[in-house]
Amino acid sequence: MPYRENAVIKSTSCLATGVYEMWFQTSDIAKEAKPGQFISVYSDDGVRLLPRPISICELQKDLLRIVYRVVGDGTKEFSKMKAGDRLSIQGPLGNGYDVKAPYAEKKAILFGGGIGIPPMLELAKQLHCEKNIVLGYKDELFLNNEFEPYGTVTIATEDGSAGVKGNVLDAVDKYSIQAEVIYACGPLPMLRAIKAYALEHHIDCYLSLEEKMACGIGACLACVCDSTQIDEHSKVKNKRICKEGPVFNAMEVEI
Amino acid sequence: MDKLINMNVEIAGVHFKNPVTVASGTFGSGMEYADYIDLNRLGAITTKGVATVAWAGNKTPRIAETYGGMINAIGLQNPGIDTLLTRDIPFLKQYDTKIIVNVCGRSKEDYVEAVKKLSKAPVDMLEINISCPNVKEGGIAFGQNAAVAQDITAAVKKVSKHPIIMKLSPNVTDITEMAKAVEAGGADAISLINTITGMKIDIHKRTFAVANRTGGLSGPAIKPVAVRMVYQVANAVKVPIIGMGGITNAADALEFIMAGATMVAVGTANFNDPLTTVKVIDGIEQFMKEKNVKDIHELIGCVNK
Repeated sequence: MPYRENAVIKSTSCLATGVYEMWFQTSDIAKEAKPGQFISVYSDDGVRLLPRPISICELQKDLLRIVYRVVGDGTKEFSKMKAGDRLSIQGPLGNGYDVKAPYAEKKAILFGGGIGIPPMLELAKQLHCEKNIVLGYKDELFLNNEFEPYGTVTIATEDGSAGVKGNVLDAVDKYSIQAEVIYACGPLPMLRAIKAYALEHHIDCYLSLEEKMACGIGACLACVCDSTQIDEHSKVKNKRICKEGPVFNAMEVEI
Repeated sequence: MDKLINMNVEIAGVHFKNPVTVASGTFGSGMEYADYIDLNRLGAITTKGVATVAWAGNKTPRIAETYGGMINAIGLQNPGIDTLLTRDIPFLKQYDTKIIVNVCGRSKEDYVEAVKKLSKAPVDMLEINISCPNVKEGGIAFGQNAAVAQDITAAVKKVSKHPIIMKLSPNVTDITEMAKAVEAGGADAISLINTITGMKIDIHKRTFAVANRTGGLSGPAIKPVAVRMVYQVANAVKVPIIGMGGITNAADALEFIMAGATMVAVGTANFNDPLTTVKVIDGIEQFMKEKNVKDIHELIGCVNK
């Protein structure tokens, strides 16, 4: 069940250039949320009507953490908020990752690319299996140290400033990282490559997708992705990322 | 609700407990909003446009935020009338609210067939979206040509068992010409405005912000245009009007009512706050209390009195 709350901001900080975190004190949202779900964050400025869908990075009882990149005026507004301020948020939204059996037993790779890294943190915490965590960055690192307690962390950077020079699959290649199941969130080219890799190696693969959203709750049909089969709800070959997703079995979607 | 205040309105013999509905396409069939509001509170629920068969809609991105509004080009994705009838209407029948089914089509035959398929549906009114491109006539919208708009209206009226609302496109030179045309065609009511065609360029990607290139602008940015058009239409025709275009709060809704709308619809604001409809209903009632208005009819079109 999703909730609308005018949530108090507990703390904020800047984690890397243009990357910010915010902890919310929530009444119900954090308690109900699962890894891989997202919240809608609403601007206080009436000229920006649409919510910013932001993935949940971490949950601690009634606290909820988001880590986001400033990409426009809306996220810039959020980045200027201070502890004690309030923002309207709505959630938890979307399906999230399935962390129960049989997945709990399988050897997993968690892939995060860029601003797709934050949702993998709560997943890493809640998924109790052997985990390889492969994080891809352009250059500047963030959150990587926080993954250390939950698995073997491998870094890839485009500029080679840290870890393997290249992308996340270059890192998998270099260290011959094996898996029975893959979870991934990141830019579309990365997800396409991971889907192809999973197909080639017959590995179960779950991808978290994103798209421009308006309502965030499944009503407006803005954020659809192509699906391989006719969807039960839409009766056409597409699925609502905000409702049936954002996490999809890679075989369900055409990306 | 305060029993001394009358918010009931009637359109074409259909009685609504209050004058607030939702703009088609912003509310699905209500299911997703039931998590946030009591659907029984609404005067009516207007469903997302439905066609005879399922439509897949446009490529993404389908929407873009703009200053005080948004542009959408969803492409009228819908699951088709059969699914509406077997899934969505039974869902809505659980609630004490009226049901308005919005209908879209790509040809006159599409509209007629859709309206026929809905003839036995337990719904209250049909709203015909004539802002869709007329595929057979080079893609110009049905609602941009008065003769075509009148012809479609007459054709659907002929086969419909339900009262017909014609939803007008604002993308015309003279909205009153369109209003008079659909009234002459037999429309029982008129709703306006649909979205205003707009465009946004993503300067970082150096391309269009929505895949369809153009889309419909909605939200508070278009409200003054919508109020003006409702006022003009109210003075041009006798049929009742459902006013919409950027309504975010009760004050906005009251502007439309005073301009001549018997009912109003909340659209894009549902995306900003799913509780908007209920806040608008409560706000209208509060306004009436404060101003000692006993009957909403005292306000409908009052600027003309």
